[in-house]
Amino acid sequence: MGRRTLGSNGWIQGIQTLLAVVLALLTVGCGAGSDPDRAPIVLATTTSTQDSGLLDELIPQFGNRSGWMVKTIAVGSGKALALAERGEADLVLAHAEKAEREFMDRGGGTARWRLMYNDFILLGPPADPAGVREKKSVIEALRAIAGRGDPFVSRGDESGTHMLERSLWEQAGVNPGAGLIETGQGMGATLRIASERRAYTLADRGTYLAQKATLDLEVLHEGDPVLRNVYHVILVDPRRGPRVNSEGARVLARYLFSREAIDTIAAFGRERFGQPLFTPDPDPAVAQ
Amino acid sequence: MELIVEGLREAIRKIAALDPALSDATLRTLQVSGTATLVSLVIGVPAGVGLALSRFRGRTFVVALVNTGMGLPPVVVGLFVMILLWRSGPLGGLGLLYTPTAMIVAQSLIALPLVTGLSLAAVQTLPPRLHLQVRALGATPVQCARILAREAQLPILAALMAGFGAVVSEVGASLMVGGNIRGSTRVLTTATVLEAGKGNFAGAIALGIVLLALAYAINVVLTRLQQRSRP
Repeated sequence: MGRRTLGSNGWIQGIQTLLAVVLALLTVGCGAGSDPDRAPIVLATTTSTQDSGLLDELIPQFGNRSGWMVKTIAVGSGKALALAERGEADLVLAHAEKAEREFMDRGGGTARWRLMYNDFILLGPPADPAGVREKKSVIEALRAIAGRGDPFVSRGDESGTHMLERSLWEQAGVNPGAGLIETGQGMGATLRIASERRAYTLADRGTYLAQKATLDLEVLHEGDPVLRNVYHVILVDPRRGPRVNSEGARVLARYLFSREAIDTIAAFGRERFGQPLFTPDPDPAVAQ
Repeated sequence: MELIVEGLREAIRKIAALDPALSDATLRTLQVSGTATLVSLVIGVPAGVGLALSRFRGRTFVVALVNTGMGLPPVVVGLFVMILLWRSGPLGGLGLLYTPTAMIVAQSLIALPLVTGLSLAAVQTLPPRLHLQVRALGATPVQCARILAREAQLPILAALMAGFGAVVSEVGASLMVGGNIRGSTRVLTTATVLEAGKGNFAGAIALGIVLLALAYAINVVLTRLQQRSRP
């Protein structure tokens, strides 16, 4: 059988070395920057706020200033509200008007304040077979698309975007029918699919701007007041769960409405896209 | 095609500059997946060897369970671990959700059946009379297990590499129990999903390249260990 059998300890020593390396690795980067006595704040939010990069600016600013640790979970409005309902989140930042109202009606939150808005745009193939460009309202445009059965791509994932899109179809009184393509994914993937399939879709301006270079889609309709996408901050009711961190949530909420945060929101995106991505519109009850 | 070239350039640029976000994600990938692989090694190899050498009622069912575990969808494991660890769950008091520890737990559960099942198969491919020989020479069951494990070290190291490969490439469970939080639970795979979702394809490809390079480097080490023992 040779050297590899009885008596050869080579690989056991090898495993021991690996063990030592892994343990050494674990000790690196274990430093916290925040106060260990304070429980972390779980902020449940939407993929659009995460993907735009806005939270990557706001949250570290808050963390440095206050010493609180924030865990930002970007999951889409539907899941964010579901998590909050179970007390798994402390603060919600979402843009799903109807779902949020229902959440508040069920006693999910102690307060709900408007923070900012951006807008959705209707995108489609440059050829625009349904003549969306000429339509005077987005409702008319949707009726034209449904009427012709042209392909329309939807996220279909209970996100704020999806919910707004559904409410527009309801307002239009039509269904996209067989032309509907539901991706179940985030805005980025959905835009890509729309571009590949030469389909129409509804998207937030920020995600579109970020991907514009690789897409074969054009903005065919914008500016319609129903396309306004409003973001609200919700304080989760501590009765939702045994460990809701309401103190932390309040501190974070106060920060989001502070002068510094509002200025950050107002300026965000200007450098990269030449236009700010969000417009602050703080609820007068909490504006500072 | 240019995206891949651009991704490669970005990867090289970021590595050379020791880009903090990249270093953070890479280090965390090593910490989380390394620990999970180690846990699966410490529990899985003895379990697999023991299972191979034992005879008990219901053994076939246990082995079938282990084999099924090898095909367990990682995202399902993630879902179950999330429900266990979240605030309203039975282990909610530990406050482990959205921490690297939760990711290690989930990844260990993913790698464990793999390492166990493959170690089991490794020992079972040994010549059956070897076991008899060793016992006949007076070895205790534990000594016997250690000797046979050493005999089967090639396929057992392969099992380890398979376990590591499974968890370092995993994204569903890591997203669910980790939350992909910047600076805290973001690893290379979850960062790739984020960048791709934003439409930053070159960035996503760069991350993918770093992950592949990392996995390759680790496997070079493990392979050398494995191949050193060839006759």
